[in-house]
Amino acid sequence: MAVENSPASRPENAVENATRRDSVIDHSKIRANVAQIALLDRSSRFPVLLGFALALIWLLEGTLLGDIASFKFDFPDFLGSQEYLTFGRVRPAHLNAMVYGWASTAMFAVSLWMMPRLCRTPLQWPGLATGGIIVWNIGVYIGIILLMAGVTDGLEWLELDNVMADPLLVIGAAMVGASIWKTLAARNVEHLYVSVWYVAASYPWIAIIFIAGNLPIYTGSESAAINWFYGHNALGLWLTTINLGLIYYLLPKIVGRPIYSYWLSLIGFWGLALFYSLNGMHHLIGGPIPSWMIATSITASILMVIPVVAVGINQHMTIAGRFGAMRYSPALTFLVLAAMSYTAVSLQGILTALVNVNRVTHFTHWTIAHSHLGLYMFVTLSLFGGIYYILPRLIGREWPSANMIRAHFLLVGLGMVIYVVALGSGGVMQGLSMLDPAIPFEASVEAAKPWLLTRSFAAVLISIGHVIFAAHALMLVLRGRSSVPEDPPFFFVRPVLVRNDKVR
Amino acid sequence: MTRAIILFLGAMATVLFALVVLIILPNAMMSQLEAPPDLKPYTQEELLGRQVYIDNGCVYCHSQQVRDPSFTTDVARGWGSRPSVPADYVFDKPHLMGTMRTGPDLINVGARLPDAQWHLLHLYQPRALVPWSIMPPYPFLFEHKETAAPDDTVLTIPQSHAPKSGVVVVTDEARALVAYLLALKRDYPVNNQAPTQAEGETGEGEGANK
Repeated sequence: MAVENSPASRPENAVENATRRDSVIDHSKIRANVAQIALLDRSSRFPVLLGFALALIWLLEGTLLGDIASFKFDFPDFLGSQEYLTFGRVRPAHLNAMVYGWASTAMFAVSLWMMPRLCRTPLQWPGLATGGIIVWNIGVYIGIILLMAGVTDGLEWLELDNVMADPLLVIGAAMVGASIWKTLAARNVEHLYVSVWYVAASYPWIAIIFIAGNLPIYTGSESAAINWFYGHNALGLWLTTINLGLIYYLLPKIVGRPIYSYWLSLIGFWGLALFYSLNGMHHLIGGPIPSWMIATSITASILMVIPVVAVGINQHMTIAGRFGAMRYSPALTFLVLAAMSYTAVSLQGILTALVNVNRVTHFTHWTIAHSHLGLYMFVTLSLFGGIYYILPRLIGREWPSANMIRAHFLLVGLGMVIYVVALGSGGVMQGLSMLDPAIPFEASVEAAKPWLLTRSFAAVLISIGHVIFAAHALMLVLRGRSSVPEDPPFFFVRPVLVRNDKVR
Repeated sequence: MTRAIILFLGAMATVLFALVVLIILPNAMMSQLEAPPDLKPYTQEELLGRQVYIDNGCVYCHSQQVRDPSFTTDVARGWGSRPSVPADYVFDKPHLMGTMRTGPDLINVGARLPDAQWHLLHLYQPRALVPWSIMPPYPFLFEHKETAAPDDTVLTIPQSHAPKSGVVVVTDEARALVAYLLALKRDYPVNNQAPTQAEGETGEGEGANK
């Protein structure tokens, strides 16, 4: 190596200097004025609003499907003669409506809103993004209608028909992804913020796993392997990543503090990319696939503790000491709960992947409790938080009613705590009774019944919360501009989630 | 990070690595599996029944796998005489191994409950036979008629669950579904499966069961 004597000019020091600059970069100091940000928001306004509108409709439809499925456990003859609404069709319709309809559409919207801000450039190809959202939604509607008519690919998480629906989903996601990556390519910032890593990487990830998962070339045990490779990665490399990106963006922004550690962000991101993608076979523990595959996934599941703890510490230290801000910002409240749930659900997932636990909980309602802790308490609450933050900024008006926000938060929060605790406990009892061959199978059904009824009760609470939320969003949109004199429009500086009249 | 290309290539590398390790390599190994001599391919009717099983989402409550007896009690519970192996599934496309046991495992239901009449009535109204069951009824797999035609198969239903008038006739779909259920018998021995023993079987479980 040609080495000069000045230490700063040596190549290894140049790298070190660059990484040091990265690690101490203070994002709260990167200022852009309100007019610049408004311009960026305007560039993505239409596809973002369209995405949220379609997502909210899906939320209500998915909720109804979930309620029907839940009550069928308590009253098995409820709607029993309706072929379209038999349990084996309503349940996957609920899952697909929530994952691909509600969550994914809302995630398109939040990623299209974040990228221009993070790249300091207007959204590129906004028309393509809008078209992508529309094509994706048409695909999901076709898929779910066919599913309820009895046309399904038969694999959990991959039910949507791979002739009529899946190509539309691939094209739609690719159109949105192209807009995201074009925006990234046109960026006016040097440094890529952690949210950009998560959001940008998610699009090629979902494309690869979705196409691989839907190829009609697998038989028997291979079919099971690809099923859970996809199922787990849809969660890990799509639903999780976009929402972690959203939380990473909004948490520091709302509390007005930079992210605690750049290095923890790096460990969290690359650790997740490396380990999460190998987790899928833990859905088949003890089953008929080669045991080394299952062992690989259990090992990778345990290693997930590294990125999960890194992200957990990073986000906790970012907000530590400022939890009080949650009283003023509903967005922050939802996002903090979502971030905590990410840690909780990941640790629960690691626990469930251990053979000693899995022998009890596999095949029971514990799994359903676990998936709702992840898909609801983490993903959905995070998206609620995002919508509470983003919508007023795009519409230019504040949310009309603090009471409706309170009601929404309390109903869905309480409902989901009851849901997860009830089904988790019920699942363990069901599993323990199934594990004792001296106890007849009937006992495992009877053990679960009261908990299933409790779950239905929780589902009703959550449903009321969703109706209130959707109605509130509609009120926000329909409310006339003239009726809102507040200035600045974006924040009431007063507690939203506790009543405190003095502050008003 | 400052470079988008690093992000893109790194993200691709991790997911493709996982795809190779968990899908492409095992696929190459398992594609050499041969069907055990006692496992017959599904007949045309059984395949139709399998499609009815898929279309109505039976998989969301019923698994089709006997797990490793070294840490589960699937064999002791009588759901199979041995743990399932990949060769048991060579004719299954897509797989129906399942993730829930809201109802019992079905991979050997044809051996455990060989009575077609029982299955037909159980599908029409599970609680006519199993009072504590929470399984949905499938009346839409049957036809409700005032009088049966000469070549109809009439379902015998106990008074308590029978319609007030007319008869319930078995459709081809219901008949096919029952044929499929009765074909779910993976109780033959698989010990002599030498060619793919090393990579194709759940090793310890198989040993413990012999």
